[in-house]
Amino acid sequence: MGLQEFQVIGRHLPTEHEPNPKIYRMRIFAPNEVVAKSRFWYFLRQLKKVKKASGEIIGVNVASDMGLLLILGPVGFFLFLRCWSSMARDYQIHEKKPLKVKNFGIWLRYDSRSGTHNMYKEFRDLSRADAVKSLYQDMAARHRARFRSIHILRVVEIEKGDDIRRPYIKQLLTPGLKFPLPHRVGKSRSTFVATRPTTF
Amino acid sequence: MSAKDSNFKRFVELGRVVLLKSGPSAGKIAVIAEIIDHNRAIVDGPTTGVPRQSFPYKHLTLTPLKLTGLPRAAGTGVVKKLVEKEQLTEKWEKSSWAQKRAAVEKRRSLNDFARFGVLLAKKSRRDQVRKAVKKAKKA
Repeated sequence: MGLQEFQVIGRHLPTEHEPNPKIYRMRIFAPNEVVAKSRFWYFLRQLKKVKKASGEIIGVNVASDMGLLLILGPVGFFLFLRCWSSMARDYQIHEKKPLKVKNFGIWLRYDSRSGTHNMYKEFRDLSRADAVKSLYQDMAARHRARFRSIHILRVVEIEKGDDIRRPYIKQLLTPGLKFPLPHRVGKSRSTFVATRPTTF
Repeated sequence: MSAKDSNFKRFVELGRVVLLKSGPSAGKIAVIAEIIDHNRAIVDGPTTGVPRQSFPYKHLTLTPLKLTGLPRAAGTGVVKKLVEKEQLTEKWEKSSWAQKRAAVEKRRSLNDFARFGVLLAKKSRRDQVRKAVKKAKKA
């Protein structure tokens, strides 16, 4: 099961003291919308004095120009609510160019068995969500880190080849790259066969 | 690794023609348009009905055919032009590999009666060969 990227928007419930609470937006990688909302509250709780019981989720990825909404403030919010109700409910953020190979740099923070570490890793993939999925796989493989102990801090597409830092991605950018596929073992239908497999 | 002094003949490289082994396009040929990493490449087969997609090397076989001069990350249009210019599909269909595959496919699609027809045809071929050999021995 792959991951999807969601944009979750939420705020503290309006109170007498603060009738127009600030709106917060997060881009979250999660297998589904439910997990995305849960992660939103988890992160927001750590950053601001807002929790699920005293807050509300305004929307899960409904418009891509959320920056505009933040500027417009409360007026924009009502406009946005109106738009939202009329829009089709497609929650995840889709990749703009899903067939272009991109290099992603990912900053993350994870809790190992003995402490918390920050990391920077690079991935070559077709979409942000795929790159983050491979990151989780990689962290699970190399560090036995689980989903719950990893925070994705930032995912950035690296446009220029010179900006790539990690040798394992750099080596894929050499011009005229070619390599053989050595020792290919095919599947045999029967347990015993008369001829040995050719592996080259 | 320098590929020049390698003993290998087929490489994962731009323009390499591959035979897909699984998925909806299994059995069709496509061209490597861009290498993603050590496990996957973007393949494209505009003339064979293979949509542009990421494909794992595990599920494809490299063929001896190759498109020459395919630029990096070439679009479907460029690939199509080159494939048509180099008559790739014809070259593939002429190869003994493709012909063998076609023969196996044909044989698998036959029903019992058609297989019986093959038996008769083979019998008559044997008969003709035997007669001709005997005639040649006598002479």
